[in-house]
Parts: sequence; structure tokens; C-alpha cells
Amino acid sequence: MDIDSGTVDYVARLARLALSDEEREQMRAELSDILEHAGRIRALDLDGVEPTSHPVRLLNVARPDEVRPSLSQEEALACAPAAENGRFKVPRIIEEA
Amino acid sequence: MTAGSGPPSGDGLVWRTATELARLLASGELSSVELTGALIERSDAVDPGINAYLHRTDELALEAAGAADARRSRGEAASPFDGVPVAYKDIFVTRGVPTTCGSKILEGWVPPYDATVVERCHGAGLPMLGKTNLDQFAMGSSTENSGFFPSRNPWDTGRVPGGSSGGSAAAVAAGAVPWAWGTDTGGSVRQPGGLCGLVGAKPTYGRISRYGMIAFASSLDQASPLTRSVEDAAALMAIAAGHDPCDSTSIPSPAENYLDGIDGGIEGLRFGIIKEFTGEGSQPGVRARVDDAYTRLEKLGATLQEVSMPSFQHGIPAYYLIAPAEASSNLARFDGVRYGSRVAGDTNIVTMNSMTRDEGFGAEVKRRIMIGTYALSAGFYDAYYGKAQRVRTLIIQDLRRAYESVDLIVCPTSPTTAFKLGERTDDPLAMYLSDVYTVPFNLSGNPAVSVPCGLSSDDGLPVGLQIVAKTLDEKTMFRAAYAFEKDLGFAGSPEGRPRL
Repeated sequence: MDIDSGTVDYVARLARLALSDEEREQMRAELSDILEHAGRIRALDLDGVEPTSHPVRLLNVARPDEVRPSLSQEEALACAPAAENGRFKVPRIIEEA
Repeated sequence: MTAGSGPPSGDGLVWRTATELARLLASGELSSVELTGALIERSDAVDPGINAYLHRTDELALEAAGAADARRSRGEAASPFDGVPVAYKDIFVTRGVPTTCGSKILEGWVPPYDATVVERCHGAGLPMLGKTNLDQFAMGSSTENSGFFPSRNPWDTGRVPGGSSGGSAAAVAAGAVPWAWGTDTGGSVRQPGGLCGLVGAKPTYGRISRYGMIAFASSLDQASPLTRSVEDAAALMAIAAGHDPCDSTSIPSPAENYLDGIDGGIEGLRFGIIKEFTGEGSQPGVRARVDDAYTRLEKLGATLQEVSMPSFQHGIPAYYLIAPAEASSNLARFDGVRYGSRVAGDTNIVTMNSMTRDEGFGAEVKRRIMIGTYALSAGFYDAYYGKAQRVRTLIIQDLRRAYESVDLIVCPTSPTTAFKLGERTDDPLAMYLSDVYTVPFNLSGNPAVSVPCGLSSDDGLPVGLQIVAKTLDEKTMFRAAYAFEKDLGFAGSPEGRPRL
């Protein structure tokens, strides 16, 4: 299984990881190795086998829609890297035209 | 040393089990403040050599110990274990106490709430001695992936304590705390338990709330105790087990009392030995101890029979697709916005997110995020993740079939004893392959315990035996482990303790 550097760049972009050149090359080699091993199961014929997402059967869990105490705005913002006017502060999201 | 064999002081005290300490506290021979003080002293003496703790909370522990003593003097003990200190892997969030998950990306974060496990242990009166080291976000088998420093094995400080809950294992094995919490996603409590000569017990998936446990792979993660006796493991598990409305995967039925009938013996129990676990790749010293253990189980009146698990050969590939896939999704929340560090805050959002994550996460975390993102990406989802989910079904079916003819399954915990620091860091795949005996039971959700089965004649280091029960049959698992532990006589003996 050979992962090329274009794939590494594409996946890193999806994962929001600004990898350095050195990391990209190392990642390419390691991912190739690991996916080679893990990819062995691709050859298995598993038609008709149901997938399992979870070891116990999951049911929707709901609770009564009641107002309950929660974290205060102050507590929620206390460890934010940047906050302003009671909100999380983030860098520019929409580029100027 | 056993309870009542001498006055509770000094060296002997730190080696007692939580159960013995609870008796001494109940009888008034010992106060929690004395005990907590002795453990703090012990930590001061041994922790510089093993680096078990990321953050110690001595003051908080002494304060909680004083409150426990006051409750006991009023005859209002919060639980039988009121005043017995505990430590938590730094993956459990603790209100007002820094929690890093072993990663620089969370350095300095102070959570505004307690994990359910922590809340229930506080409720039982257990003073918190501190937060222990781990492989960053629980990804690893040695603690060498910690963003801060590796922990060391008290049996040989040139070796790893195992991982990812290696800090908790090192602390308990060194006598710095009687018991501690870890988490087990692919063996992260059973393997360090095995490598440090301790009991590491994973409950059935869903039995203990995951609320406030920083998520790695949500369909696999389970809080699990590390202790110096089977009885302690059953007791600590029982404190935290049971339904929690804050975790939608929490099993709604009430938890059993795992201590009830624990000394019932194993006469007539049927143990399955997995045909496909041939021992290939295992050290001879490990195989010898595990074979001795099988003989001992027979001597105690159990029967052994072979069971076949053809799907288990695909356990590692399935695990190393499913766990990274879930991790890549769970770790998306670390984006430099709500908590933790931020890099390049004066650029745009995507650059800030990407730079923050590249700088904050360690190499193994990035590797797994990349594998998981790849396995979930368009065009590959069915070939990798979908296939792995179907293998998971096969593993569950194989186990169900086996449990029609046996009560328990036994196998080694790890193919080797504790390895040297640095020995496997350059080969991530080799590190993954060492989880071969533990990951199937995370994929299936079965309860599984590692119990010490003596020292390897190769290197004098501890070997773990793994006992796996049916879903929600923790009681039979503990009963078998207890009978084995008592007959072996390793735990609590001078041989069962590192010369640290």
C-alpha cells in the first residue's frame, strides 16, 4: 500500500493539521506501512455480515425537556484562548472579497 | 504483609491493599490524615524515579482526609472506603484541578466540572492524591507518547510501565497510592497492569459512565481500576459502576456487588483457551508462566478446553481502523477556540486551527488522526471503516459461540514483559502489534481482567494472565481471578512487590 504525498496533503487538510515537510514525508511512510497491515481486511468477503458500531445495542435516550442549571457564561469562557463580550473570539472566518 | 500483622506504620502501610486500609480506618487504628501523609511522603521519595504523576494534589488530599476522619468519628462514614486515597489518570476531568490528557494542547486547562467516576469516588470519600501520566489522549502502550515525560516501571526504571495508563500503574506498583483509575480502549489498563504486576480490570462496555472522560474512541473506551489485589479491583469498580444519565451509552440496569461471592472458588468452571493464540511471538518466559497458570486453574477444579476464534487474526487491523476513525472525529474539538492552546491567532480560522493542532498534538496523535481521517474519507469509507465494523461483528459472533461451551476465556495479557524505554518508539506498527491479546475484547465489549501470574524466568519481570467473562458477568470474572490470586500467593508477598 503506497500513500503518495498528494494524499497526505489532502488528508492533512481535511484533518486541519499543518504538517511540516519533514512530518509529511514521515507520515507518508508510516501511513503506507500501517494501512498495508490494516488493509488486509479489505480482501475479506463479508457480504451479508452486518456492521457493528457499538458493542451494546444503542437506543435513543431522551430526558424531559426541563430547564436545569448549567455552566455559567463566565465558567464556560474561563479557559478560552480568547474571549470578548461574553463570547469565544476567533480569527477571521469570512475572507474579504 | 497482611492486615493485623503489626502496627500500621511506615513502610508496611504503603503496601497494604485498599481493603486492608479500609479495615484499619474503620477500627480506628489508623486515620485518613496519617495514611494520606504517609502516601504523600512515599510519593516524594519514589516519584522522582518513576514520574508517575503529572499533577499532585497533596493539599486537597489532606483536606479531604480530614473530612473523612471527621465523618468516621461521627459514625457517618461515606462508604466502607471513606478516607482511602486514590489517583486518576489525567484523562478524567477534575473540577478546579488541571487536566491535560497528557497533551500540550490542553496545558493549563482547568475543567469546570468533575467526571462521573471522580464524582462517585468523591462521594465515597476517597481523597484524590493527583493526576497521573499517560500516553497523550491515551494513544500508546508505554507512556512514551506523553507530551510531558515518560513514566518508568518500578520493577526496572529503565523500562516502560506500559500504557496508556502507565502513570497510574507505576504509582500503584510503587506503593505511592493503594489504587488508581485508568482507562482501557485497547488494553490500556490490562497491559500496564500486567507489566507492573498489578490487577487491571476492564468492565463490560457501558458499565461505567464515560461522562467527563476525555474521549479517544467512544465505542471502545472504558474506565478501569488498577489495584494490588482482585478484591480491591472489584471494590473500586463497584464504587463507579451503574447507570448515569449523563452518558447515553451507559447500561441502564443497576450494577451488581462484585464482592458478593468473590471467594466462592472455581470448582467446575469451564475455561476456554483460544486456539488461534498459539503463543507465536511471545517470550518463552511469558509462555511458561501462562502455562503454569492454566495448570493451576485445573488444580483448583476448573476444566480447560480449546475454543476457536478465527476472526481474532483480524483484531489488530480492525482495531487500528476503528479506534483512529473515532479519534479523528473526537479530537476535532481541539481547535484552539474553546479551551487549550492557540497558535497563529492573528491569521484566519483555518490557519489558526491547523497550526494549533500541529503544534499541540504529539506525533502519535497526529498519526492516528491521519489514519482515521483517511479511513473515513470519501471513497475509502466502505473499504476500511465499513470492513472493520463487519470484522467487529465476526469477533462478537465468535465469542458468543465460544461462551455456549465455556464460562470464561483465559489467555496472556501481553506477548512480552515490560520493554526498555525507546525500544519500540521508532516502529509504530510493532507497538500496535503488541496489543494482540487485548484489543478483541474492546471490540466485543466483554469484561476482562489482567491478574499477576508470577515473574518471567527470562528477566524477573511480572507476567499477566487475562481472564475474560461474558458480557455483564464481572462477578464470575472476579471470582476466578480471586481464586487464582489466592492460590498463587504472589500478590501481597515480598516477591510480588518491586524493590524500589
